[in-house]
Amino acid sequence: MDGRKNIKIALNIATLLVTAVFLYWGDSVLSPFQKRILNLAAIFVILGASMNLVVGFTGMFSLGHSGFMCVGAYTAAILTMSPESKELIYYMEPIVPWLKNIEWPIIPATIMGGIIAAVFGILVGFPALRLRDDYLAIATLGFAEIIRIIVTNTISITNGALGLKNIPSEKSLLFYWSFCIITIIILKNLINSSWGYAFKAIRDNEIAAEAMGVSVFKHKMLSFTIGAFFAGIAGALMAFLITSIDPTMFRFLFTFQILLIVVLGGMGSLTGSVIAGIIITIAMEWLRFVERPMTILGMDIPGIPGMRMVIFAILLLVVVLFYRQGLMGTKEFNWDWLLDKLGLARNRERGIS
Amino acid sequence: MTLETFLQNIANGISLGSLYALIAIGYTMVYGIIRLINFAHADLLMVASYAAFYGILIFALPWWLSFLLAILLTTILGMSIEKIAYRPLRDAPRISALISAIGVSFLLQNLGIVLVGASPKPFPRPENLVWNIHLGGISFLSLAVIIPLITLVLLAAVNLVVNKTNIGIAMRAVSRDFETASLMAVDVNKVVVTTFAVGSGLAAVGGIMWSLQYPQIDPLMGVFPGLKCFIAAVMGGIGSVPGAMVGGFLLGMGEVMLVGFMPDLSGYRDAFAFVVLILILLFKPGGILGEHVVEKV
Amino acid sequence: MKVRKFLALMAAVLLAAVALVGCGGGGEKASSEDAAKDSDVIKIGVYEPLTGINAAGGEMTLDGIELANKLYPEVLGKKVELVVADNKSEKQEAANAVARLVNEGVDVIIGSYGSSLSMAGGPVAEEAGVPVIGCSPTNPLVTKGNDYYFRVCFIDPFQGTVMANYAVNTLGAKTAAIIQDVQQDYSVGLSKYFEESFKELTGDENAIVAKVNYNTGDKDFSAQLTEVKDKNPDVIFAPGNFTECGILVERARELGIKAPILGGDTWEAKEFLNRVGDLEDIYFSTHFTAEEPVTEVSETFLNEFKKEYPDKQVNAFAALGFDSYLLALDAIERAGSTDHEKIKEELAKTSGFKGATGIITLDENGDATKTAIIKKVEDGKFVYEAKVDPQN
Repeated sequence: MDGRKNIKIALNIATLLVTAVFLYWGDSVLSPFQKRILNLAAIFVILGASMNLVVGFTGMFSLGHSGFMCVGAYTAAILTMSPESKELIYYMEPIVPWLKNIEWPIIPATIMGGIIAAVFGILVGFPALRLRDDYLAIATLGFAEIIRIIVTNTISITNGALGLKNIPSEKSLLFYWSFCIITIIILKNLINSSWGYAFKAIRDNEIAAEAMGVSVFKHKMLSFTIGAFFAGIAGALMAFLITSIDPTMFRFLFTFQILLIVVLGGMGSLTGSVIAGIIITIAMEWLRFVERPMTILGMDIPGIPGMRMVIFAILLLVVVLFYRQGLMGTKEFNWDWLLDKLGLARNRERGIS
Repeated sequence: MTLETFLQNIANGISLGSLYALIAIGYTMVYGIIRLINFAHADLLMVASYAAFYGILIFALPWWLSFLLAILLTTILGMSIEKIAYRPLRDAPRISALISAIGVSFLLQNLGIVLVGASPKPFPRPENLVWNIHLGGISFLSLAVIIPLITLVLLAAVNLVVNKTNIGIAMRAVSRDFETASLMAVDVNKVVVTTFAVGSGLAAVGGIMWSLQYPQIDPLMGVFPGLKCFIAAVMGGIGSVPGAMVGGFLLGMGEVMLVGFMPDLSGYRDAFAFVVLILILLFKPGGILGEHVVEKV
Repeated sequence: MKVRKFLALMAAVLLAAVALVGCGGGGEKASSEDAAKDSDVIKIGVYEPLTGINAAGGEMTLDGIELANKLYPEVLGKKVELVVADNKSEKQEAANAVARLVNEGVDVIIGSYGSSLSMAGGPVAEEAGVPVIGCSPTNPLVTKGNDYYFRVCFIDPFQGTVMANYAVNTLGAKTAAIIQDVQQDYSVGLSKYFEESFKELTGDENAIVAKVNYNTGDKDFSAQLTEVKDKNPDVIFAPGNFTECGILVERARELGIKAPILGGDTWEAKEFLNRVGDLEDIYFSTHFTAEEPVTEVSETFLNEFKKEYPDKQVNAFAALGFDSYLLALDAIERAGSTDHEKIKEELAKTSGFKGATGIITLDENGDATKTAIIKKVEDGKFVYEAKVDPQN
């Protein structure tokens, strides 16, 4: 093997190590508020990347992400809450007996959240993925809404509108970012696998893909289910971050924010979703200043509530109208590009990479 | 259930269904031409309602003038939206156009929150337009009669335009095949703008009627009627104007009857519309009155 | 190609800039926290929904808090500074808002209108050891299992019970119908306790003749009301947001339903009054009345409120905001310092505290036991109807 490959492996390991050290260091140094925002960013990155898989890489315009998040969040919450908490919280109608005494550790519960969300993904995908474009969008939006309405009405399982609280809390950067990094690695490998090529073929031309022997429906289902799985994981993480959930959290507005991440980062670029996920989360917090009263040059300007969402809506429109590629287009970050820039191990492998 | 209650439910169903039908006509026209869910259509209902509201309350205009101005304003807004947010994306992937539509919708909603505030406002009901009618044990608003009439009149007018005028013929040509129509010297831009103007005008009428029936307006008021009327349009067969009317009536009647016959399921009422939508899309994607569409390469 | 590189570069720069701003902002806050410890300022945090669906309630509460701050700007010889954070009527934003307040070094937090928002903010404050005083979150779960959360309002079970009592004992009802918003914890909670007490008081298991649901944001209630009308109940209990309930009540009367309609404290809003002002037999429970001042603080509040906000109507949320602030000040004074643990202990001991909304004693959960007021709608006004003490 030649130098380039070894260098890249070394770089990958080094990056992971540096990240691990940074997260470990961050856990002890950063304030709880900063950590909360960074953890939220990790969740939004997972959401953005998984929605990008469905929308950007497979070309299915699904608006059901918030529904799958909802499933993941409720699954993880119910599995991890202590029996005492459940007794306290289900004060309207007691929880069904088969869920009452379950108390799982956080990590398996998170993965279970993903799995149950994936099951819902299959259930929803089976009818919905026969549709395309607008119809797919409106049908998945409808399914997300149906999921939310069912959660609201099944009080003895979900506690209905009262929501759940006392969900075990997890605060460390390491926890959330580990899930985030693993998600990105899995999605990256998926996209560069034969499945990934099939996804992209379907996105670029469904009929041509079918003619080339790609099983369109199977691959659409795969992409959709995997997307739902990671949305469920993100929902579970959200439950542990906020420690209280209720059905109104998972409205369509949430999907809009994820869509913004996907579009801003570039439909078809994981790197883009990572960057945009972090930017949007921090900007959400940072842009609060536009909603506060302020004094500029001695002029009192009253706070304008709602201004942030106006800015985000304009941002979305500007990106889709003028910079349809978003930040990254369909490009990904890779070491070759960086190494070329730095003039290291020059072009030795250019032919095959 | 007594006969009186049943008749009351029918009256409720007609008044809700005719509103759905009225709004669904606008949806179906726009969709028929550009094959794009105009998410902003729902928010045009809101804009029209606020325009009418401020016309009456701030500028003290007579209600009919205020309504006319609101319809005019909404029409202009609808045309501008087409020009700014949809036209540049006509040759772009469908997803981009959909995202743009969602973006416009969110922009209008949030601009609404910034400009007029999030809290709901009471919409004035002109006394010579809205009154209570008691027939035996049944009560309904005069609107339950007025709205179906308006819907029928507009339906006839739209049919006339589409079938008898030059622009209507051009519209049908464009809706059948965009590119061929433009090759046949149809001014596609003019057709699309006209469609948006008519569609937005219908949205405005629908929005004002909605606000008269449910006299409380807020910046997010369009979201649910918008979704449901789109569903109604799909039920009837998207692109088909009479279909939208049938779909609207059926959906409104279905929702009312669901609560009437199964009060225990009243919490699932919003899910009902979506379930119907999904069933229709799966089993009769062309809708009740629509033609079956074959996917083109 | 150039464009892409440029965009990538832009992305990097933007990311770096945002990160810098983020960290920079954080740094400032950390230092201001240190500064606050020694300076002459005591910071009280407020998290309320100033935007989103609960904005109206948040604004009313904030009016009361700001009025109290204006009247009583000092404690322990130091100036009190309010730090206000909008929670956007969203849970994750509520948690962020509390985290942000904690980060800014506040000693007590007040908030929030909306129980689910309070439940999202609660654990963050508990973790940080900062006591919170809720103004109007009435869901029992807000304070349950959280030692740092207190409130100056009564809770849903009490409100539901009060209205059932009133319906049976004063209005002489034998049957009732319930119309609830399944998406609101508040509505579902009140309905449940109303149902229980109503059955108990009438001794009739079938006293609730109809129970129908709707969802937040619904505008068409004719189907639900037709069902209720069909069952012909003596009273209708319909707790929920004033936005939906305003239309619901109006529609009920249009449909010719004559039965009294009962609700909870959320109805005390001018939007509700604008809609149902000329209708009859509409009752609800609330925290405060301007007509029967309970304490001398009530008088002060009333007079000052009218002076400060001549265009606004005196309301319970402002009064509860006012009381929350006063209770915070009182607890800091009793603690003699801004030590969070001491403030928390003093808050828990609160007994016989005189607020604008009545005499407040906190029970072992940190919930206020106090008098409930019943008001009715009459000639475009909310009119005092009766007082219900907690023992009854």
